[in-house]
Amino acid sequence: MKAEGIQAASWLLIALPLAGAAILLLGGRRTDKWGHLLGAAMPLGSFAVGLAAFFQMLGYSGNARIRHLHIYDYFVVGNFKVDMGLLIDPLSISFVLLITGVGSLIHIYSIGYMAHDPDRRRFFAYLNLFVAAMLLLVLADNYLGLYIGWEGVGLASYLLIGFWQYKPTAAVAAKKAFVVNRVGDFGLSVAILLMFATFGTVQFAGVYGGIGHASQGTVTAIGLLLLLGACGKSAQLPLQSWLLDAMEGPTPVSALIHAATMVTAGVYLIVRSNPIFNLSPDARLAVTVVGAATLLAGAIIGCAKDDIKKALAGSTMSQIGYMMLAAGLGKVGYVFAIAHLIAHGFFKAGMFLGAGSVMHAMKEDVNMRKYGALRTVMYITFGTFFLGYLAIIGFPGLSGFFTKDGIIETAFNKGGTSGAVLGTCAVLGAGITAFYMSRLMFMTFFGEKRWDDDVHPHESPLVMTIPLMLLAIGSVFAGGFLVLGGFADFLAPVVGAQEHKFHWVSVPGTVTLLLMFAGVALAWMQYGARPVPREAPRGSFLTVFARRDLYGDALNESLLMRPGQWATRLAVYFDTKGVDGLVNGLAAGVGGSSGRLRRVQTGFVRSYALSMFLGAALVVGALFLVRI
Amino acid sequence: MISIVLLVVPLAGALLLFVPGVDRRWYGVGVSGVTLAVALGAAAGFGYGHPGRMQYGVNAAWAPAIGLRFHLGIDGISLPLVVLTALLTFLCFVYSLRYPPSGRLFTALLLVLEVGLLGTFLALDLVLFFVFFEVVLIPMYAIIALWGGPGRRRAAYKFILYTLLGSGFLLVGILLIGVNAGTLDMVALAQRHGAGLSHGVQVTAFLLVGLGLAVKAPMWPLHTWLPDAHTEAPTVGSVLLAGVLLKMGTYGFIRIAVPMAPAGASVWAPWLGLLAAIGIVYGALACLAQNDLKRMIAYSSVGHMGFVLLGIATLTPVGLNAALFGNIAHGLITGLLFFLAGSVKERYGTGELSGIGGGMLSKAPRLGAILTFACVASLGLPGLAGFWGEMLALLGSYQPAPGLPRATFLTFMALGGLGAVLTAAYFLRLLSAITHGPSIRKAPVAALNRYEYLAWVPLIALTLAVGLWPKALLDLTTAPVQLLLGGGR
Repeated sequence: MKAEGIQAASWLLIALPLAGAAILLLGGRRTDKWGHLLGAAMPLGSFAVGLAAFFQMLGYSGNARIRHLHIYDYFVVGNFKVDMGLLIDPLSISFVLLITGVGSLIHIYSIGYMAHDPDRRRFFAYLNLFVAAMLLLVLADNYLGLYIGWEGVGLASYLLIGFWQYKPTAAVAAKKAFVVNRVGDFGLSVAILLMFATFGTVQFAGVYGGIGHASQGTVTAIGLLLLLGACGKSAQLPLQSWLLDAMEGPTPVSALIHAATMVTAGVYLIVRSNPIFNLSPDARLAVTVVGAATLLAGAIIGCAKDDIKKALAGSTMSQIGYMMLAAGLGKVGYVFAIAHLIAHGFFKAGMFLGAGSVMHAMKEDVNMRKYGALRTVMYITFGTFFLGYLAIIGFPGLSGFFTKDGIIETAFNKGGTSGAVLGTCAVLGAGITAFYMSRLMFMTFFGEKRWDDDVHPHESPLVMTIPLMLLAIGSVFAGGFLVLGGFADFLAPVVGAQEHKFHWVSVPGTVTLLLMFAGVALAWMQYGARPVPREAPRGSFLTVFARRDLYGDALNESLLMRPGQWATRLAVYFDTKGVDGLVNGLAAGVGGSSGRLRRVQTGFVRSYALSMFLGAALVVGALFLVRI
Repeated sequence: MISIVLLVVPLAGALLLFVPGVDRRWYGVGVSGVTLAVALGAAAGFGYGHPGRMQYGVNAAWAPAIGLRFHLGIDGISLPLVVLTALLTFLCFVYSLRYPPSGRLFTALLLVLEVGLLGTFLALDLVLFFVFFEVVLIPMYAIIALWGGPGRRRAAYKFILYTLLGSGFLLVGILLIGVNAGTLDMVALAQRHGAGLSHGVQVTAFLLVGLGLAVKAPMWPLHTWLPDAHTEAPTVGSVLLAGVLLKMGTYGFIRIAVPMAPAGASVWAPWLGLLAAIGIVYGALACLAQNDLKRMIAYSSVGHMGFVLLGIATLTPVGLNAALFGNIAHGLITGLLFFLAGSVKERYGTGELSGIGGGMLSKAPRLGAILTFACVASLGLPGLAGFWGEMLALLGSYQPAPGLPRATFLTFMALGGLGAVLTAAYFLRLLSAITHGPSIRKAPVAALNRYEYLAWVPLIALTLAVGLWPKALLDLTTAPVQLLLGGGR
């Protein structure tokens, strides 16, 4: 159905932040004074439009909630036609509210966080660009539009990771993020080509309409390729290695892009493509395996990091692993994947911003071994962080409890060996999550002061703490609101209707709860009850393994970088010795000797003109002979 | 008529330079500006309802005894290339305003070059095409040899050696077609789709013509003249070389080789595709190893033109449209990149990445930002011009024309995809080496001046416009491509 009323203006959602980015980038230094205000106003404007569109949607029922807005014909070539349009449905509107809502709070926070940065205006320009691209990603009604947004957020992420360009590490991290993502993008682009070739269209409606007629092999291939794309963007195994380095970017970027929104785009892609995955059990299984493996890997990495942002990044990987696992579990899973995604958007963004607030107080030091006892000086940061912490470990009644338990239960409900294995991974992961998050909590806010001498921590200004408080409210209530409040029915037009009742008490839930308390207790014994050394101990094999990001980089280097370097050297060698050598040799041979060659070279224009003339005469002569 | 005016204006402009007292500073800008205005006029008056039809036709007897005709015309395939040529030449003159006048000879050579380039895209007679194709060589050779860098003589020599060798093949191939078909009229020959030419003749003709064009494109492994020529050529030489000259080769494939010898095309297409795919990966790998800005951009051209050739090799409407789109996109983006490379080299006194040494975004933020834009466009970010040509070329090789080995082309597609990943890698390596990090320079870097803005803004705007609205360009080329391929599929 066509979009009407305010929904017909949903192009504004994208246009506002895009205009913001354009004004700030083209306006240059002239906009320095008010640039951050404009930058923060744009996503707020989009949020207002999004809210209005959302309430309008609530007025419809059932499939009438899926609305379509045609923008323009993109192109027609051969048998292929692409229309650019927006799809306003329950799934996209959920993302719109998350992106613009959390995004606005992070923009506001950044006004304070980046107050002393001479390039604050440019920072807001990039953030706006990101919001626009992310909104295009979730609103596009076709895979090509989605892909444009997909690459757009990648670009914004690249620009923002490398924002502090004087840091060489930031440049390297930015490059790595983009290149690793490109590997995933390759999967996505081939998937799109496959759809083009199979269905003659990449509009969601056309693809999902025709998917039933495609062969099983094609469906599975598309599914696996989409999964590869999702792995890149969402930092899932085996394309996870860029996310930890991406923490080089300013902290609001980590919160918005590398926790709340962009990295969850992979989950969106899979849930959006549910008609494809519904038809391919193999592709679904692959999704669950990737999710389960990453949720454990991320959690293990999170246990060993002393850098507060990297510990949180490992946690992000792990939590997205949960979402992927859920997305691979089919119908009920889709709902929990998105519910967890939204809840995670609140609590992880809150904790990242909290970490930023802590870093601000600690002179930008990120080493938790030099923190300690911060609860005594930063009440608001501590309080909001603590609520986020309770939410992520799944403390009963808070967001994570509802969404994560839902995922665990759905995994066990899958049945069979795979269900048991996946469920067990998810339960174990919950225990490890409780451990590493408690470790982070104790090292940062509890215990002895281990501050450097010249550090005098203080609470951050209100422009930073108010967003923290709002996000904390979301951390507490979002999960319960979604799971108990009928989110499944809301999403039904997109992912299909299903019966599901949340069980407050269940066997897996109880085990999870016990493991959670065990994790907290273990962390307390190690990092709460005992003093934390300022220097990291050497650690066991497992600790080193986790500190090195499970040797992901080493593996990449030996498998990809080294052979790549050899290949580049080979290419250069081939160019100078092979081709050129051959042609020069040939030329020398034809010329008789290199000496004569040199003679030809001098006064070349003249001899060239002569040979031109001779050649032309030859042509004319030949033509005369054959008389055509 | 307008076709002739397009050629006469720059030619007359070049000849008038022999008259003493012609104002030199604004002269080139004026003449090329008028040419651009004529080209835009042609675009404005173009019948968009029938982009497949030859318009602004001129068809006069030239050497009736041997059947040579002065036959010119513009259709949806040549129109974008004509406008691109006129635009880039004009922008080159605008850019050159920042230097003291470089003499009549330089201006005259650029204008003659423009005549040759425009003529190549306008010509509809095989021999006429060849003549214009050759006319381009002399001014380009002289521009490299007289105004180039330290290794200019060797580079210019290599350039002429390779392209002359190619021209020889091209000429024989053209004559083979002309003699056997009994006409040199490109429109008639294209309409026949090889009728009247035996299989053997078509196979031989495609090979010969293809070899001649492939040197120009350039196709791996005939590309090695390109990095040298680019590295040594003065900035405007590089811009026109990459922006327009290379397109003569791929244009020839689409206008001559594929439609006139379709049986030959089917035989050679897998080989063309193979070399194109190798070129894509090879160009990217070579880029990763370069330490010179201009040399790296030159190698990137090998990769990008590899996508264009791959599109042609699929022999499908999608692939050919992709090639034509890629031609224009590469002309805009790489033209911009070479302008930028020239400005960077001038400011830093070196084109070596290690010599530039990082920090451009803090030292010269505008230059750094535009360079970032150009690199991102060149690596094929969706929504910018560079993306569509590559994506459609890959789509074409996913579904090559019937009769071509599909599995082979799927491999090419995978290689192309790998090339796209590597392309991102080397452009980001470039950016992180010179735009990020601390600067090793103490002295400030001069800000951009107005001529640089004037020369670059149109290219930036068009890169965005073509990327966001690919339909405009594809609608032009779709119909004529269908005609060239025989209306099938």
